[in-house]
Amino acid sequence: MTATGQDTRDAIVVGGGLVGAAIAYGLQRQGLSTVMLDEGDVAHRASRGNFGLVWVQSKGLGAPHYQHWTHASAQAWPELAADLLATTGIGVGLHQPGGLHFCFSDDEMAQRDALMGQLRREAGNAGYAYRMIPAAELRDMVPGLGPQVVGASWTPYDGHASPLHLLRALHAAFQDLGGLYRPNAKVTAIKAAPRDFTVAIGSETVRAPRLVLASGLGNADLAPLVGLSAPLRPERGQILVTERTRQVLGLPTHVVRQTEEGSLLLGDSKEDMGFDTLTQTPAIMRAIANKAVRTFPWIAELNIVRAWAALRVMSPDGKPIYDESERYPGATIANCHSGVTLAGAHASLLAPMIATGALAPEMSPFSARRFDVQKAA
Amino acid sequence: MFRRRPEARPAAGDQLVEVFVAGQPVRVPEGASAAAAVLLSGTPAIRTTPVNGAPRLPYCMIGICFDCLAEIDGVANRQSCLVPVAPGMRIEPQLGARAARIEDAA
Repeated sequence: MTATGQDTRDAIVVGGGLVGAAIAYGLQRQGLSTVMLDEGDVAHRASRGNFGLVWVQSKGLGAPHYQHWTHASAQAWPELAADLLATTGIGVGLHQPGGLHFCFSDDEMAQRDALMGQLRREAGNAGYAYRMIPAAELRDMVPGLGPQVVGASWTPYDGHASPLHLLRALHAAFQDLGGLYRPNAKVTAIKAAPRDFTVAIGSETVRAPRLVLASGLGNADLAPLVGLSAPLRPERGQILVTERTRQVLGLPTHVVRQTEEGSLLLGDSKEDMGFDTLTQTPAIMRAIANKAVRTFPWIAELNIVRAWAALRVMSPDGKPIYDESERYPGATIANCHSGVTLAGAHASLLAPMIATGALAPEMSPFSARRFDVQKAA
Repeated sequence: MFRRRPEARPAAGDQLVEVFVAGQPVRVPEGASAAAAVLLSGTPAIRTTPVNGAPRLPYCMIGICFDCLAEIDGVANRQSCLVPVAPGMRIEPQLGARAARIEDAA
């Protein structure tokens, strides 16, 4: 830092959540001197409310680029987890034994089979292994399955990890490698020029030829400052947490997973509540609990010890946005609602692209330009 | 709103209730909590933590700290400081995480 309070770096990442931290870690690992600007606890903090799935199945229907991206991230995950452990000593609890999506009727099984089949066709040469598993066989895979479960879809790619340990490990690894983490650093202004960005945090500024905006819902306001758009909305999800039990559930499911410490997380709700994360709705909490108990009746006896709501970062079509500014080359935005699943891709695939100065051509379908279409009268 | 807790240490004239802490009989005043019985029993730990296995005894006695978790009459993870004693109550240590009771729910 100079006497004028200006810090010059190779890259500035705005956002200290899972997306920003994974990219910042990836950039620093590439040898770029990087600063990560984290607004503070007034931010929406989606990364603190994540369910923790590394989930491939059912993502990217009709969008093979997204399916490939998610799949590639799941494949990059073991190396990410190993690197983080080696650098920081923090285990992130990654397990990728495959995952289950349960169906409660023959119709649901048929629809799910059709969806998975289409994903397989769209996967092309990349391949997409899945099985529809009937309840009789499922009973050997998971304990105490409810009588209403008819079957499940399974892919070998799915897994889970601890979002909080991941966030902590990414921050620690980033800093261990020499990255500068700036907490309570709300961006107050951005001065953009091609490959020359000056970001103000109050009276201080940082300057770099690369700027990454990864501030979740905050990107909606920041992206226009670099000639991009991020049309995002919050989609609320709620999670219930049971008391810890001895390990009982060997693989994650879309509604229930067991953490490495033993808690069962119950989730999978969606509601539009604006930016409200404080008012929890009993109807949603009841629905989450009911679905968990329909799936595994033995969960009914467990005490619920915590519950929370958090905001997914949703684009109009639910898929991620990765975009680079034509007007100000060097500026990139990254938004998604899968900060855990996509951490592998963000650290190992996206960061190297940003380091070289341009997103790869296969990233173009993720551009927010896909939303710039004329509305029919 | 407020009322005096019965003295945990038995005094002359108390109505006493016999309970079992880790199998050992303990006599405590009627109305005392199961956690009081745990402390009177002299047992070295009523629970061990699920992740690190650290030993714990009742601490806050007001339902906040969860360090008094015990298996009481067969029910796992009860906050013993919030449970009044009953004659013959069995208060067993909660060692690590409880087990989910899968067979019973089917």
